[in-house]
Amino acid sequence: MSSDTPTSNEILLEVSGLKIEGYSEGRWHQIVKGVDFTLRRGEILGLIGESGAGKSTIGVAAMGYAKPGCRISAGSVRFDGIELTTASEEQKRQLRGARIAYVAQSAAASFNPAHKLIDQFSETVVQHGIGSREQAYADAKALYAKIRMPEPDLIGFRYPHQVSGGQLQRAMTAMALSCRPDLIIFDEPTTALDVTTQIEVLATIKDIVRQFNTAAIYITHDLAVVAQMADRIKVLRYGESVEESETRQMLDDPQQDYTKSLWAVRSFRKTEKPPLPETVPLLHIENVTASYARSLDPVLIDIDFEIHRRETVAIVGESGSGKSTTARVITGLLSPSQGRVVFDGVELPADYRNRSRAQLQQVQMIYQMADTAINPHQRIRDIIGRPLSFYLNMEGEAKKRRLRELMEMIELDPDQYLDRYPEELSGGQKQRICIARAIAAEPKLIICDEVTSALDQLVAEGILRLLDRLQQELDLAYMFITHDLATVKAIADRVVVMLQGRIVEQGAKEEIFSPPHHEYTELLLSSVPEMDPDWMQRVIEERRSKSGMESAGN
Amino acid sequence: MTTPAPPLENLPNVADTLQITRAQRILRGLWTAPLSAKLGLLIILVYVFVALFAPWIAPFGESEIVGKKYLPWGEEYFLGTDNLGRDMLTRLVYGARNTVGIALVTTVYAFVLGGTLGIIAAVLGGWIDQLLSRMVDVLMAIPALIFAMLLLSIFGTSVLSLILIIGLLDATRIFRITRAVSLNVVVMDFVEAARLRGEKLAWITLREILPSISAPLAAEFGIRFCFVFLTISALSFLGLGIQPPTADWGSMVRDTADLITFEDYTPLIPAAAIALLTIGVNFVVDWFLHQTSGLKDEL
Amino acid sequence: MNNIATMLLQRISLGLLTLFIVSLIIFLGVSMLPGDAAQAILGQAATPDTVAALRKQLGLDLPAHLRYINWLGGILQGDFGTSIGNGREISEVIGIRFANTIFLAAFAACISIPLSLLLGILAALYRNSIYDRTVNVVTLSSISTPEFFVAYILILFVSVKAGWFPSLSNIQGETGFLERLNKTFLPAVTLTLVSVAYMMRMTRAAIINLLSQSYIEMATLKGIRNPRIIIRHALPNAWAPIVNVIVLNLAYLIVGVVVVEVVFVYPGLGQLLVDAVQRRDMPVVQACCLIFAVTYVTLNLIADILSILTNPRLLHPK
Repeated sequence: MSSDTPTSNEILLEVSGLKIEGYSEGRWHQIVKGVDFTLRRGEILGLIGESGAGKSTIGVAAMGYAKPGCRISAGSVRFDGIELTTASEEQKRQLRGARIAYVAQSAAASFNPAHKLIDQFSETVVQHGIGSREQAYADAKALYAKIRMPEPDLIGFRYPHQVSGGQLQRAMTAMALSCRPDLIIFDEPTTALDVTTQIEVLATIKDIVRQFNTAAIYITHDLAVVAQMADRIKVLRYGESVEESETRQMLDDPQQDYTKSLWAVRSFRKTEKPPLPETVPLLHIENVTASYARSLDPVLIDIDFEIHRRETVAIVGESGSGKSTTARVITGLLSPSQGRVVFDGVELPADYRNRSRAQLQQVQMIYQMADTAINPHQRIRDIIGRPLSFYLNMEGEAKKRRLRELMEMIELDPDQYLDRYPEELSGGQKQRICIARAIAAEPKLIICDEVTSALDQLVAEGILRLLDRLQQELDLAYMFITHDLATVKAIADRVVVMLQGRIVEQGAKEEIFSPPHHEYTELLLSSVPEMDPDWMQRVIEERRSKSGMESAGN
Repeated sequence: MTTPAPPLENLPNVADTLQITRAQRILRGLWTAPLSAKLGLLIILVYVFVALFAPWIAPFGESEIVGKKYLPWGEEYFLGTDNLGRDMLTRLVYGARNTVGIALVTTVYAFVLGGTLGIIAAVLGGWIDQLLSRMVDVLMAIPALIFAMLLLSIFGTSVLSLILIIGLLDATRIFRITRAVSLNVVVMDFVEAARLRGEKLAWITLREILPSISAPLAAEFGIRFCFVFLTISALSFLGLGIQPPTADWGSMVRDTADLITFEDYTPLIPAAAIALLTIGVNFVVDWFLHQTSGLKDEL
Repeated sequence: MNNIATMLLQRISLGLLTLFIVSLIIFLGVSMLPGDAAQAILGQAATPDTVAALRKQLGLDLPAHLRYINWLGGILQGDFGTSIGNGREISEVIGIRFANTIFLAAFAACISIPLSLLLGILAALYRNSIYDRTVNVVTLSSISTPEFFVAYILILFVSVKAGWFPSLSNIQGETGFLERLNKTFLPAVTLTLVSVAYMMRMTRAAIINLLSQSYIEMATLKGIRNPRIIIRHALPNAWAPIVNVIVLNLAYLIVGVVVVEVVFVYPGLGQLLVDAVQRRDMPVVQACCLIFAVTYVTLNLIADILSILTNPRLLHPK
């Protein structure tokens, strides 16, 4: 489409030798270390990288803006012939919103809670002297209709907190378009959304950017997402450029080792092995219904599933599906109003305070945020050592020996790390400490609550491999709570799909991932972005033709 | 296992190069502390010294009448004498012991009371928390100074009742803050992990929660001390606090206040002694808050 | 709007409940005292008969709960009882005293509120500058300073040495407005100096918190001019914290007057309370404490209500 327009080869943005510094601990550190790229009219450039790659910082620098505590220290940012690094504030102000627009990660935080959506839309238009408020209102309604917002004539008159997260993100995309800018910066616009919502927002963005022939910089850490959105991809790491090429070429044939390793992440599959012989399941959740207070509606309704020895059961669902609540019932933090939890043939007391030490020992937990799961004021030695002395009465030399063994099991050097505090460790290392603490108790079941979702993909993959190896060595069963289907594919034996507190489908992984699917599973599965650049187009068309048929049938 | 995991995250990180102990960090922090913090620390040290060695420093006895009333500043009586003819400098030195000492005891008592109840409310939750919190709400609905005056008029103005009353009123503030910071820790996953491990409440409180709240509470101790110190001084100034013949800065201002109309600086001296210590403590607390919170823009 | 109405109703009834309990504390605290008002009024020399007669006359022979109802009922009708010290009706003096205290607090508020908002906003906007750091040190020092220290410094330099303003604020009923301003100038300035620091720091923190919100950065990236960002994007969300600062400061001023009134011999409620406490004139102590507490609770209640009424999320429910 963009290649048809006569201006398509005209360079819109040229960034060269860009260096940005951030201020922390009393001095300036370089966080972007000389990055170059160019962007033509109507072109979408994907900036991809893990945390600390500097991608967001580079994104806003394209507007001549440095985040608080940062400064552009060298290089040039030329937008349509205007040098932004030396432009006056007034010059930059006139460009921002009018010719370069910004879409933030959290629409909920970036819309002003005190004003209606449509007023925030029209503000840019009126303030830049592009049109009247009435014109802007009409345009907003037209745009809302174009991106298929419900009730496009009315939704703009709502306040931000009255609109759902996905709609808010789309409204922000519409707002970015209010002055028909030449360039839009999308800063991780779908990261905070559920996967079924994400695809709608992605489709909106792509549609609208193409329709108005707007150039865009799309910043994300998600490869599959950037594959859908970008014409070209630039891979960043530690504030430096790794490589850059056309999307298809980048996906098919990455040149650099780092890029290859990023690409390879999703290829991990757990080791298959025969099930252990058993007479009763290790854990059986029997018809559990639970609510947070007697007066409130139940958050879990008739949940029933089993976990067997040396098996990984993945509980999949979006936010609010009740998957973490299920874990709270198993651990005894929330007592069910109906049903029971049976462990190894014995019913567990509903409240953890009534469970014996041996019962507590059998089920251990690993959390999403390793930062808050280990006490920052205790040394690694004490964190991992506590279950040893608490459950196994291990002291002295035996404990020291076991600590070293555990550290070796999680692939951390005991000499180097045992006497450190958590704050001296990286995120992945902290998660390893949590794993060590869990296995130190010698449990039969470990509940893993979104253990990889706060980590970068490469680090997350390391954690998954470690968990898989430990399962082999120790015959552990895992209950894996996750919203990420890629993780499920990698590690699960069986899958339980949850929606609004109910199990909609459960079965062996192969069953769940092959048709026929339950309706919701279908929606969930088809919404997970794939690395194929044509994927989104295909899914959207399929869904539209299907809903078209249904409405025709009705 | 397919291929062994690339040990990417085992690469040396920033922590390796910055590996220093906490004690070293505090010392380094002290060295690089702003001038105001160093000044504050110096002030506190001087006061502590004077308070400890008061009998050796003071030229006369605490309530000894050494000469005529209201003698001017001079060689024999460095700061002159007060309304009864007692040596001002001597009273000032003993005041460090009495005023600061009483304020310190009161603060410690308030902390033991309010802090313990605050942690208990946060850890136990439920009706105990509700009961304690509502009681504190009511006590805090009456302005502290007014409430103190009401209670002092009921129980009389002895040092003991002063300590008990001011301590109780201040304990409500300490209860609130301790409960709030403890609640922030109680919801952490590591506390949940300890509960699920089967740890006893005492262990959870002492090993998991207390270390995490000790820094904000230390800062709060400084702030509360200043507050108690100022309240006691104000009450003494009003004649409702520390009673004669005990040397005390607040009542010294009151006793010599008339001199101000004769352009005499004497009543300002004990008042300045109060202000200087509070300023010193506040400077140190301010620096400490910056150090421990890592925030540059805190209050 | 229903939501907001329930919340307001909740706050108001909670406020009333608090006032009830406060009155109970003030009443019960005093009735715990050994001896009683009748004995105190008549002195040790009085015969048991006359004491008993006076007890009956004052209603002191009734059980505690009836006495409480009588006391509270009387106050609600403007009858605070009789002073033990001079046997006069408390309501005769207390109205004027309270009005004087309000006048002084209002005078101080008129100076300190605009001043501290201005200083606080400037410190937030030029954060970490020399100005900000200087203001930080100065306000820390002034928070640390006892009111009487500030007061005597002012008296010494502004009144005794320079002779610009009187050091005694002995105003009376017939004192004219301008003279009243002149005489209360020093106490008002004292109150301002000790309260500005506190309020300015709160303002600074509130503004810094506000400016770090994502929607402010978004407004910048939309190319909105700075003045408009402040007025249109920051201010509508700043009312709650600012109102909070102002009302809490008023509450602080009302209470803070006690010491200042004593220093300047100002005929306010605080001075009355201090005298009463020294003389252990319990009916007066009760009355003064109750008035202070009611004012304080009411101001806090107003802060609560205003912050609900200015919260856009509550104003426009889902």
